[in-house]
Amino acid sequence: MRQPSNEPILWVLFSAGGVISALFIPALLFLNGLAFPMDWLPSPDHGRMVELLRYPVAKLLVFLICSLPLFHWAHRFRFTLYDGLQIKHLNEVIGVLCYGGAIGGTAAAGYLLWNLA
Amino acid sequence: MAETIRLEVARYRPEEETEPTFDAFEVPFRKDWVVLDALNYIKDKLDGTLSYRWSCRMGVCGSCGMMVNGEPKLTCATFLSSYRSGTVRVEPLQNFPVIRDLVIETTDFLRKLKSVKPWIVAQNGASSQQGEFLQTPDQLNAYKQYSMCINCLICYAACPVCGLDSHFVGPAAIALAQRYNLDSRDQGSDQRLDILSQHEGIWGCTFVGECTQACPKQVDPAGAIQRYKLTAATEWLKSLLPLGSAK
Amino acid sequence: MKTASTYTEFHPRWHRTRISTYWWMGRWAYLKFILRELSSVFVACFVVVTLLQLQALNRGPVQYAEFQRWLQKPSVIALNGISFLFVLFHAVTWFNLAPRALVVRIGGKRIPDIAIAAANYVAWLVLSAAIAWLMIV
Repeated sequence: MRQPSNEPILWVLFSAGGVISALFIPALLFLNGLAFPMDWLPSPDHGRMVELLRYPVAKLLVFLICSLPLFHWAHRFRFTLYDGLQIKHLNEVIGVLCYGGAIGGTAAAGYLLWNLA
Repeated sequence: MAETIRLEVARYRPEEETEPTFDAFEVPFRKDWVVLDALNYIKDKLDGTLSYRWSCRMGVCGSCGMMVNGEPKLTCATFLSSYRSGTVRVEPLQNFPVIRDLVIETTDFLRKLKSVKPWIVAQNGASSQQGEFLQTPDQLNAYKQYSMCINCLICYAACPVCGLDSHFVGPAAIALAQRYNLDSRDQGSDQRLDILSQHEGIWGCTFVGECTQACPKQVDPAGAIQRYKLTAATEWLKSLLPLGSAK
Repeated sequence: MKTASTYTEFHPRWHRTRISTYWWMGRWAYLKFILRELSSVFVACFVVVTLLQLQALNRGPVQYAEFQRWLQKPSVIALNGISFLFVLFHAVTWFNLAPRALVVRIGGKRIPDIAIAAANYVAWLVLSAAIAWLMIV
């Protein structure tokens, strides 16, 4: 008899987040965080960014890039605190803060992208 | 004057002391000696009260696992010559209770191993009267690597989660579960999934990977666990879909 | 220390070593593992910065220009620089470990790990190039 456990869904989210983070974030972070601010490459202005994000596909992609990596962080960070600092007695608190944070970030991303007409 | 090498061996005498101590021994250094030879020399000639496990002395029984200079090793497969320049520190395998000296308590592991049903769960009604199971070499290769496990528990000593979390089933048990899950003759995947997909059955694993590094038989338990996580997650996703295959 | 030992119901008390809070400093492999796990913090950092970017976009060109100026502050550049290194570390360790979980057997033979890893790296390069092209051209 299967005892219901949250772990499978959390692991799936962690894995998906890991894949998205690995595939997309290095390039985006390099461009937005280093290349554009340091003028190594010409940076897109407000108009160009809004134009790019007008496409539903782009909006969906950015939404996934904002949401899934947060769940990846939540899962990994929760285990790191659990194992690294051995604070098992705070397990529920850590869970709520981590996954709650991920849900909050997801909601924020959804709201911001929805409003970007 | 023959060459010697210094061994610092952990001792724990529960009827005399509450904490482990170390005894130092000067043991003859021979190029072809392993740490187990040194321990046998100590027991024969220097201190007969030293307690430790060993059997085959050739790396197939899994009895002689101990910490050598902080790393879990089979003492029958670890040469003294690797440690020529310093002392050899021998301690009982990490993450297990110590009964005495270098002897550890393994009942917890045996319980976890049994819980994953490490045997062929045959089809209903199958019996030996119907003839033997047939298996191609490719079907054998699907699980062969995981069948090489000798239950030496070195992976449990290498894995930090095994020490931190007593509910974690552990690398060897999961690798052995996989050995049977992937065996074409076995029908027990679902039963094992029930046990292992509970919290910390397999989910305690954070893929540190030290178990695979330490394994003396190249079983790759870390790989077995990650594959199993994928299987368990896929099964869970499938159970969400109303495909009429409800259990 | 020699004191009378305590007995449980059936045997002398076994000795259980308490794991130190600093167990992860005991071995280089453990430390590398913890650093790999902490790379997820910098992944989350990137998402937070991206959310701020989306918020600035929502507010209009003036606010967005101000956000772009904020990105040029030395402290922010430093944070993003360190984040980039950790995110790179995450990507490399992720792609190198992926073949251990994704075992694909075709015709009874297992696809070699290096092929799976290579496929991941190729996808990474293609997607990164596409993103760069979209944002620059």
